[in-house]
Amino acid sequence: MAQRRLRVMVAKPGLDGHDRGARVLSRCFRDAGYEVIYTGCHQTPEQIAAAAIQEDVDMVGLSCLSGAHRYLFPAVKKLLVEKGADDIVVVGGGIIPDQDFKLLYDAGITALFTPGTTLESIVEWINTNVKPR
Amino acid sequence: MEKANKIKGGDVREASRLIRNLEDSIPEAKSTIKHIFHFTGHAQVIGITGSPGAGKSTLVDGLIEWSRKKGKTVGVLAVDPTSPFTGGAILGDRIRMQRHAEDPGVFVRSLATRGSLGGLSKAVGDAIHIMDAMGKDVILVETVGTGQQEVEIINHAHTVLVVLVPGMGDEIQAIKAGIMEIADIFVINKADREGTGKLQRELMAMLDMSPIKPGGWRPPIIKIGNAFEPSEFEKGLDELTTKVLDHLEHLVKSNLIGDRVRRKTTHELNEALRAAILEPVLKVLVSTGELDRMIDQLLKKETDPYSIAEEVQKKYLQGCI
Repeated sequence: MAQRRLRVMVAKPGLDGHDRGARVLSRCFRDAGYEVIYTGCHQTPEQIAAAAIQEDVDMVGLSCLSGAHRYLFPAVKKLLVEKGADDIVVVGGGIIPDQDFKLLYDAGITALFTPGTTLESIVEWINTNVKPR
Repeated sequence: MEKANKIKGGDVREASRLIRNLEDSIPEAKSTIKHIFHFTGHAQVIGITGSPGAGKSTLVDGLIEWSRKKGKTVGVLAVDPTSPFTGGAILGDRIRMQRHAEDPGVFVRSLATRGSLGGLSKAVGDAIHIMDAMGKDVILVETVGTGQQEVEIINHAHTVLVVLVPGMGDEIQAIKAGIMEIADIFVINKADREGTGKLQRELMAMLDMSPIKPGGWRPPIIKIGNAFEPSEFEKGLDELTTKVLDHLEHLVKSNLIGDRVRRKTTHELNEALRAAILEPVLKVLVSTGELDRMIDQLLKKETDPYSIAEEVQKKYLQGCI
């Protein structure tokens, strides 16, 4: 019988090897019943966008603690749009100062989750806002 | 038909979407896969199986690199387990293969088992067809980390690699049935570790006692060193890829490739029949609430599963019995 299951990708763009958060999130998404593709660290935006399309995910979650989110997050979204995958939702998390939010939202990042956000609230946000395509 | 042609033309997005629709049992997907079936039969399918952490994904990465150097395009299907409790899954095999993510000649797709017990996913056969139709020359199918019984890969691959690591058990393990019987090639991975010689001797003793396989193929044992020592790893990989080619040549020369393809086709038809016959009946039983009533009866021990199955058979499969 037909049953859609949410597929999400958790990715670490750029030169940032701190993936504890990304791994905790992957586990949490698994427990929420999603199929989670984890790319590992040190990924270029090109690698992330290509993998997201090959895996047919509904959402890409980008984790960045290095401060390069202003470049990396929009770059992933732009590449997805260029490849005709503008329907893949892109969200971000990590150390992101409030003043950068506008720039990222304007670039097409749908939501941002910063330190202190509970896992439950992230899952609730996804369940409400990301539908399997 | 239009979608099938797009996939034949190499459209990754359309292909990945179709694999997903088949995994999710979306009815429209069936009409596309019917067309896809006619575009298949070109790819060499290699299965990679072995216990969790044996190094299957790293080996697949090495095999991708080798195939690309030979100018061949590659499809990878990597299977990881679904949680029996939440239905969720962590698909982490592609971490080891991400250096190929941007190469348009490589298409990596992760699949979750979704309750399949044979070490693969129900959609894997169709996913192989899809990658084959896209024109991939080599398709690498990586099973979940297997124990002893997950042997379904033999229904899909031309060549099966069983990946072992030293120090996993005593000599009794080597004579058990199941996974140790399905290897066309044994790989002893992480062969820089202690216990490699012992494992190799045990495998050789097992092979000495095994009946000779059709065409006289004796599964070779290839040792591959630590992947962090590129020269050692590549030496082993070279040896492995030579044997993979030898095996394919052996299948062709001894006219065995037909047997493998027939086995694969039989399996496929069985699965399609099972789905076509079982699913409509289950659908009726679920929607009418009959299935629940049957389970209640069973819990009260008023009847047994075999009698119920016979009743269902009588009711829905007239003419067969």
